[in-house]
Amino acid sequence: MNRKSIISMALAATMIAGCSSASGTSATGSDSKGRVYYLNFKPEADEYWQDLAKEYTEETGVPVTVLTAASGEYEKTLKSEMAKSEAPTLFQVNGPIGLASWKDYCADLSGTDVDKELTNKAYELKDGDKVAGIGYVTEAYGLITNNALLKKAGYDASEITSFDKLKEVAEDITARKDELGFSAFTSAGMDGSSDWRFKTHLANLPIYYEYQADGVDNKDELSGKYLDNYKAVWDLYINNSTIDPSQLSTATGDQSEAEFVDGKAVFYQNGTWEYDAVKAIGDENIAYLPIYFGVDDENEGICMGTENYWCVNSQASEADQKATLDFMYWCVTSDKGVEAMTSGDKMGFNIPFNKNPESTNVLFKLANANTATPVSWNFTTMPSENWKNDLGQALTVYAADQTDANWKNVVSAFVDNWKVEKEATAE
Amino acid sequence: MQKNMKKYWPIFTIPVMAAFAIGFVIPFILGIYLSLTKFTTVKDAHFVGLANYRKLFADATYLHSFFLTLAFAIATIIIINIIAFFLAMALTQKLKGTNLFRTVFFMPNLIGGIVLGYIWQLIFSGILVHFNTALNLNARLGFWGLVILVCWQQIGYMMIIYISGLQAIPTDVMEATEIDGANGVQKLFRVTLPMMMPSITICTFLTLTNGFKLFDQNLALTGGAPMKKTELMALNIYQTFYGRVGFEGVGQAKAVIFFLIVIVMAGLQQYFTKSKEVQQ
Repeated sequence: MNRKSIISMALAATMIAGCSSASGTSATGSDSKGRVYYLNFKPEADEYWQDLAKEYTEETGVPVTVLTAASGEYEKTLKSEMAKSEAPTLFQVNGPIGLASWKDYCADLSGTDVDKELTNKAYELKDGDKVAGIGYVTEAYGLITNNALLKKAGYDASEITSFDKLKEVAEDITARKDELGFSAFTSAGMDGSSDWRFKTHLANLPIYYEYQADGVDNKDELSGKYLDNYKAVWDLYINNSTIDPSQLSTATGDQSEAEFVDGKAVFYQNGTWEYDAVKAIGDENIAYLPIYFGVDDENEGICMGTENYWCVNSQASEADQKATLDFMYWCVTSDKGVEAMTSGDKMGFNIPFNKNPESTNVLFKLANANTATPVSWNFTTMPSENWKNDLGQALTVYAADQTDANWKNVVSAFVDNWKVEKEATAE
Repeated sequence: MQKNMKKYWPIFTIPVMAAFAIGFVIPFILGIYLSLTKFTTVKDAHFVGLANYRKLFADATYLHSFFLTLAFAIATIIIINIIAFFLAMALTQKLKGTNLFRTVFFMPNLIGGIVLGYIWQLIFSGILVHFNTALNLNARLGFWGLVILVCWQQIGYMMIIYISGLQAIPTDVMEATEIDGANGVQKLFRVTLPMMMPSITICTFLTLTNGFKLFDQNLALTGGAPMKKTELMALNIYQTFYGRVGFEGVGQAKAVIFFLIVIVMAGLQQYFTKSKEVQQ
C-alpha cells in the first residue's frame, strides 16, 4: 500500500514537472516582438515564401518561419501542427468546408490593416459577421495550350470555341499522332500529385452548371444532370493522351507537366500557378482555353476563384497575432512583398489587394483577356476529402476499363456519396 | 544487498515507469477519452458520449477492412513462417556461404516500409503494364501484391529467430533420436518442432501483430485503391481521421476497437502456441 502511494506520487511529480517546464518555455519564448509561423499550402511557392520570410526578418527582426505541407497533405499537417505549443500563427483554409473545422481557431480579421487593403469584400471568408479568412490570391485554371504545336497540326487556338470543336481537333491529332510526333492531351495522371486536377477541378464544372441552373451556391443533394458532359470531357482526356489509360493510376503531376513542356502534347489542364513551369515553351506560344463543357460554350470562360484564405490563429498569443497581421500587411503592401507575390518569375499570383501591379503572369493575362463569364470555384463546397478520394478512385478504375458499369460507379461516387458525405459532416 | 534494493529501488524503476507512463499509459488513456469526444486538434475536445461508436458501426468500410486484415494476417502468418522455417533449416546445415545467405535474406528488413512500398509499386507496375492493368485497379492483385511485399520483408527476420531456435536444440537429444532409428520426417515432427515451439510462439506472435498493424506498406503500395478495397484496418483509421471534417473522434473510436481486436487475437495465439511448448 505504502509502496503504491510512493509510486503514484512519484509519477504525479514527474507529470507536474513536465507540465510546468513546458509552460515555462513558451512564456519565455514569446518576447514582445512576437513571432510568425506560416503553414503554407502551395508547394510551388515554397521557395519564394522562404526568401520573403528571410527578408522580413532582416528588415524587422521578427522571426518568420515558413513550413510548406506536401501536395494533398495540408489538412493533416495543419492538424498536427496546431496541437503543438508553437502552433502556426498564420494558416490557410480552402473555403466554407475547411472553415467548418477550423472556425474556433480563426481570429476576427475585420477592420485589420490587411482587410482594409482588399479591393473587393467578396474575398472575405465570413463566419457569421466575423471575417474568418482573407482570400489572398485569385487563380484561374483551364486548358493551357501549346499553340505552336496546334499550328503544326493545322489549327489555331482561336478556332476552338466549343467542346465539339475541341473534340474534333483532339481526335484528329490522335489519328495523326505518329506523323505529328505529339498527342492532344498530357497524361491525366491519377497519382496523388495530379488527381486533384480531375477529382476537384474538372469536377467543379458539373457542379457549377447545376448550381447555375438552380440558382444556388450549395446543395445537399446533387441531381448529376451534367455528368454526361463530365464523362465526355474525361473520355476525351484519357483516350487522346500521351499514355495508355490503364497506366494513369500511377502517372504523376510532374510527368504531365514535363510532357507539356517538352512539346509532347498540346493541351494541359492546369492553372495560373503553373506559369513558372510552362513559360519554357515561350510566352508567344501559350494559349489559354476554357474547359469547354458542351453546356453553354459560348459564354463559358476560364475557371476563376480562390481556395486560399489566410487565417490568423486566434489561440496564439497577442504579440504573435499582431506580428502575423503586420507580416501579412507587409506582404501585400511593401514593394518586396508585392513583387514576390505577383511577379511571373516568382509566385505569379494575382492578388486582390489595392497594390496589385499588372501581372507578368501570361496565363493570368490571357485569363483576364477572356471576356466570357468566368466559371466560379464551387469545389470549395465539396463535402469532404473522402468524397474527392472516392471519386478519384472511381475515375481511375473507369479509365482503365471504360465500361458502363464502371461509369455508374463514378456517377454513384459523385451523386450518392455527395448526399452521404453532406449528411455525415452536417452537425 | 537485499537491504540496498529496498532502499534504492526507486532509482531503478522510476525512469522506466515514467517512460512507460509518458510513452504508453497517458496517450492510451487520452486516446480512449478522445474516442468519446468531438475534436479538431487534441487540445480542445468536447464530450459527445458514444456518438462516435454509433457512427463507426454504420461504416461498412471498417467491417470490410477488418475481414481483409484478417485474411491478410492469416496469409502472411502461414507463408512467412513456413518459408522462414525451412530457410532456417537449410541455413543451419554445414554448407559453405550460409552466413552470406543469412545476411542477404535479412537485409530487406532494414528498409523502411514506405520506401519498400514505392519500390514494389514500381516493380509491379513494370510487370502489370504488359497485361494492361495495375496494382491499384484490381483489389485481388493489390492484396496479393501486399502479401508478397510483406513476406519478402519479414521472412529474413523470422528466419534469424528460427535459426537461433534450431541452434539451441541440444545435440544429445538429436543423437539419441538417431540412435533410436528415427527417419527425417519423424525427426522433424517428433523432435525438432516440439523443441522449436518457443521460437514458433514468438514468430507467430510477431507476424500476427505485424499483419494486423500493417500501415506504411499499405499506404505506399496501393493507398487503399481501388475504392478502399485494399484498405487494411490501420489505413482505414487513418483515412477516417483525416478524410472528413468532424470525423477525428470516429477515427479514434475505430482505433480503440482496433486495439481490442489485436489484444484478443494476440491473446488467443499466445494461449494456443504456449500450450504446445514442451519442457526441455
